[in-house]
Amino acid sequence: MTNEKNVKYYDNLAVASSPHLVTALDTQKTMMWVLIALIPSFIASVFYFGAGAVILTVVCAACSMFFEWGYERLLGKKVTVKDLSACVTGVILAMNLPANLPVWMAVIGCFVAIVIVKQLYGGLGRNFANPAIVGRIVLLLSFTSYMTTWPVTRLNQTADALTGATPLGLLADGALAEAPSLKDMFLGNIGGAMGETCTIAILIGLVILIAKKIISPIIPCFYIGTVFVFSLIYYSVTGGDYSALHMALFHTLAGGVVFGATFCATDYVTSPIMKYAKVAYGIGCGLVTMIIRLFCAYPEGASFAILFMNVMTPLLDMVAQNYFYGIGAAEKAAKKAAKEAGKEAAK
Amino acid sequence: MFGAKHLNSIHAGHYKNTAGCATEVMPVPDVVKISMSQNIGAPCKPLVKKGDSVLVGQKIGDTDAFLHVPVHASVSGVVTGIETQRNAMGGYDTLVVIESDGKQEIDPSIKPPVITDQPSFISAVKESGLVGLGGASFPTWLKFNPRNLGEPMTLIINGAECEPFITSDHRTMLEDAQNIIDGALMIMKYIQAPMCYIGIEDNKQDAIDQFNRMFAEQGITNIKTFPLQASYPKGAERVLIYEVTGKTCNAGVLPADLGCIVSNVTSVAFLGQYLKDGMPLVKKRVTIDGDAVAKPGNVLLPIGTMIHDAIGFCGGYKEEPRKILMGGPMMGRAIFSDRMPIVKNNNAILAFTKEQSLIPEETACISCGRCHNACPFNLLPTGFADAYEARDVKRLNDLKVMQCMECGSCSYICPARRPLAFINKLAKGLVREASQK
Repeated sequence: MTNEKNVKYYDNLAVASSPHLVTALDTQKTMMWVLIALIPSFIASVFYFGAGAVILTVVCAACSMFFEWGYERLLGKKVTVKDLSACVTGVILAMNLPANLPVWMAVIGCFVAIVIVKQLYGGLGRNFANPAIVGRIVLLLSFTSYMTTWPVTRLNQTADALTGATPLGLLADGALAEAPSLKDMFLGNIGGAMGETCTIAILIGLVILIAKKIISPIIPCFYIGTVFVFSLIYYSVTGGDYSALHMALFHTLAGGVVFGATFCATDYVTSPIMKYAKVAYGIGCGLVTMIIRLFCAYPEGASFAILFMNVMTPLLDMVAQNYFYGIGAAEKAAKKAAKEAGKEAAK
Repeated sequence: MFGAKHLNSIHAGHYKNTAGCATEVMPVPDVVKISMSQNIGAPCKPLVKKGDSVLVGQKIGDTDAFLHVPVHASVSGVVTGIETQRNAMGGYDTLVVIESDGKQEIDPSIKPPVITDQPSFISAVKESGLVGLGGASFPTWLKFNPRNLGEPMTLIINGAECEPFITSDHRTMLEDAQNIIDGALMIMKYIQAPMCYIGIEDNKQDAIDQFNRMFAEQGITNIKTFPLQASYPKGAERVLIYEVTGKTCNAGVLPADLGCIVSNVTSVAFLGQYLKDGMPLVKKRVTIDGDAVAKPGNVLLPIGTMIHDAIGFCGGYKEEPRKILMGGPMMGRAIFSDRMPIVKNNNAILAFTKEQSLIPEETACISCGRCHNACPFNLLPTGFADAYEARDVKRLNDLKVMQCMECGSCSYICPARRPLAFINKLAKGLVREASQK
């Protein structure tokens, strides 16, 4: 006690509620990983469609960020451009467009996506539908001929054929014989939205996202799986010039299924949180896509399917919370595991 | 994808910097301040007054209330005052201030307890002043006296130590293993448990190996080590019960009702020692770490040592501290002053500099569901937050907010940096308030 005066005590330390540790991954880094996962698709689109792809992507990313910044400044809100979510929206929207779309139309798409779909509903985390998907659908309905005039890839260009049909367009017109080979569809050497054609590039992105635990594999697996299984069953029953397996692969590789399943349907905000709701969501996306493709007027239905399931998301989450929620779920699973272990022991 | 063998957990980094630091015994400080509120339940009333001289192990606090354990002097010397001090919870504690004479004379009445049957075992545990040393500070004697005594019980000893930074339980297991075995055998005898499991995370392989070797040498077959995944929060009581027995322990259910009694490894080690010499709980092994501490390590110090003195023993502050935690970074409590004394259930003191103390800025929820996937009990913290904002008690109950054990995994994992665990605590308070009306 003699040297009490010389001792320095600290009496106003910082207090906070536990925990006092936090993981390194934040929203910005999450969005960064999505952008990284989009790089292979971007490279493929530049390879197949040339400078137009670069221009559209840059314009969309820049416009989306600008609209977000402008809206938040105008309304005196905190500017959240740094979290990169607007940039992700812009790039995903660009990947959903034909590479020869006039730039001013893409700007309108970005405006719809960022201002109308995202910000008017309260900004990041509050939108009920995927901004990029709605942006695309608005452009599709407003500028249908531009949005369905697909440029031919550079490898297939000839002097008199700068544009051509997509595989699904050919299917809808009953001209399946002219459709490209499955190999070309897998590699992306087909007409279509610039990011959607090259399946292998998208799959690289998917692997990156799953490996970095940015997304759960449930939604992409069940979405793509449902499309495959549904078309397999459909063509087994109806028959046709090609085998059911060929048609199932055709439907999986054509159009926006793989891209949508990887980058659009897995959008955190507009997809369910609960695991079993994710399963239902993935299956629902697949079913609606196939129903539109096979029975409706549009050749392609991935965007509409994802939008439809976006709206279903709160319902799915609610149902899942009623049946698979809390520690009881773990208990049920443990009982099941114990039963299985018992069966194995009996064997 | 839907694996259920283990509950959800997070990998928060271990930071077990002091695992290799053998325990150092701290010399008796000049002054100790012994809190009268060192257990869940009623605080004790001081039995001594200013000017009394006390001896090591002398009982200085007790009460007639049911849920309590007595408090003992940790040093010999003179009582210089009875203070009240604001505690980390915002309430006030009564502290008995003892100025040490440095002699550490032991109270002559201290001798090994005579235990012949279950009631004498319980009363000996009560007199030892033992509380749950894992952090909850629940009076141990009550835990060992379950209402369904006689039903088949399993003793689970918690050596998981899943909190980052803390290594005091690890050191206890390495340095005090024989006491743990002796204590465990004694507890098993009186709670009528045929089997005992020591749950240890597999990042403490040396402790697991040592126990297995000792069991083999001593021919013990009814105690087994149970390696756990090294992830947080495997040491939480309800998680540990699930991992070891597969039984689901809901909040509000006593583990004993499921036939499990869980005790911290340090509590058991203390009991093993107490049965030999009868010295009540007056010292504690504490991990002192954090980037503001000059020489981090494990220290055995008298209960009531001021945190400032304890850090002084570890070379003092290297840099100016901004945040000091009692306990680990996941569930530990940030205290506002380093004049606070060490209490029985302290297992770590962590002092962090300004850089390590920044509270991240909260951003909007992106509904990524990471909090749900991290929650050991499969709850939905982001749903709690929405319902709490709306003060919707029914929704909070539907979401089973009272099942939350405040482990902090949701806040840790949240990419939007939302203080979800904090909101859960507030929400639980709201539900409790509503149920009292």
